[in-house]
Amino acid sequence: MKYLFLLHDNESNWDTMDEAKKGEVYGSYMAYTDALKKADAYIAAAPLSHSREGKRIRASGVQDGPFADGKEQLGGFYMVDAKNLDDALDWAARCPCASFGHVEVRPIWNIEV
Amino acid sequence: MSDARAIAEETARASYGRLLAWLSSRTSDVAAAEDALSDAFRAALESWPMKGVPDAPEAWLLTAARRKLIDGSRRRKTRAEATPALTLAAEEAEATARSKATFPDERLKLLFICAHPAIDSSIRTPLMLQTVLGLDAARIASAFLLSPAAMSGRLVRAKRKIKSAGIPFDPPGVEDLPSRLSAVLEAIYAAFGAGWDEADGAEAEMMDLTREAIYLARLVTNLLPDEAEAWGLLALMLHAEARTKARRINGVYVALKDQNAALWDRGLVAAAEEALSRAWSCRKIGPFQVEAAIQSAHAASILYQRDTTDDIAALYAQLTDLSPSVGAQVGYAAALAAAGRPEDGLYALDEITGALAERYQPYWAVRAHILRTAGDAASAVTCYERAIGLSRDAAVRSFLIDQKNTAAKRA
Repeated sequence: MKYLFLLHDNESNWDTMDEAKKGEVYGSYMAYTDALKKADAYIAAAPLSHSREGKRIRASGVQDGPFADGKEQLGGFYMVDAKNLDDALDWAARCPCASFGHVEVRPIWNIEV
Repeated sequence: MSDARAIAEETARASYGRLLAWLSSRTSDVAAAEDALSDAFRAALESWPMKGVPDAPEAWLLTAARRKLIDGSRRRKTRAEATPALTLAAEEAEATARSKATFPDERLKLLFICAHPAIDSSIRTPLMLQTVLGLDAARIASAFLLSPAAMSGRLVRAKRKIKSAGIPFDPPGVEDLPSRLSAVLEAIYAAFGAGWDEADGAEAEMMDLTREAIYLARLVTNLLPDEAEAWGLLALMLHAEARTKARRINGVYVALKDQNAALWDRGLVAAAEEALSRAWSCRKIGPFQVEAAIQSAHAASILYQRDTTDDIAALYAQLTDLSPSVGAQVGYAAALAAAGRPEDGLYALDEITGALAERYQPYWAVRAHILRTAGDAASAVTCYERAIGLSRDAAVRSFLIDQKNTAAKRA
């Protein structure tokens, strides 16, 4: 089954983080991505740029980011192939983001077309 | 927590467990017994620490619970049919509580019920924490990463099953005892593990679950003093508990060999050694005893600067025989390397086949460590990266990143 991991963290932490710490975090994500690939669980992933670069479009018009949604913002995603929910949660727990923000795990809804 | 308070809470908990064991083994209805006692137990937790522990704690609890029982099913969630049997059992219990100095301890029956083969293994530990110790479902839920509602639901279903499936409250016979006891011990160890994980969480409050697990293991050793593995489990947990303050400094994980032994709780180390020698005196070897002996050898090497690396490797070899698991095999590999046999260590790792190793973080961390010690820094870096990608804990992750950077400098 396919699952989407939605990675949320406090993006303002990134603005104040020193380069060494940033390097450590990047390294953790690369290692995590690699572990997913080696286990054939990886489908896709990407980090997102700061939410101030984002826009929201509704019928009423366009809103510029950043959006005041709370302390943690969507900052990236992984799409993984897992045996079942337990397996997906097992992977999500290893995601570096789970240590300092939260990872929302959503099964991808399969629609026959 | 003040001593008086701790004693009051411990007595309240022990009395609660004794009464619950007594009532539910006579009615086969754990949920109804819990329901009848829960308010009384809560009142005891409020009152005893302030006013002192009553002379006959069980009688006190029963008096407090009685009104609720007489009230019948009006307010109660319990089915009305449970009331007569429960009332009868409570009256009998009250007579016993008033006539005897100590109330009979049947908590062993509860422990065995909770870890019965018919009960799903994932709910055994929570069930034990709730029934024997009276912990509330919300607290148990947070330790097991479940919502309180989901945890309550599972607990309710397990208790319903005990009643509807007619799981007997008699303790297992001689034949079944070893396997049934090992299920009890496994469930207690799982509580300890959940407490450990909680303590690892960056912001999570220390959950005290490790202490509850130690309490349960002590209870088993009191009730079954000739069971070597119960003593072994107790010794193992006490050794780990003794190192709590040293194993993480400001959120940074500290490997055992780098720990400041001055931060160890020497009283707990001594208690662990005593439990281990009680275990040996039973003359029945088992995996928990071997694991405890490994921890004991580690402690000796640090406290008395003794080289115990060969002993540890031999103990791990024994452990892989007694209870083969990936964890034991990886530990064996690390122990061989520490004893100056890195090639044998790598060979032991190679014996673990693909899929199991693939996702097991310690496998990669140990492989990386052995390769680094053997001078193959480039391969070590690759393996450290695998371990980093598989770790779940920020402190362990930064520890591994540190190790990787050190190895990379030499590559």
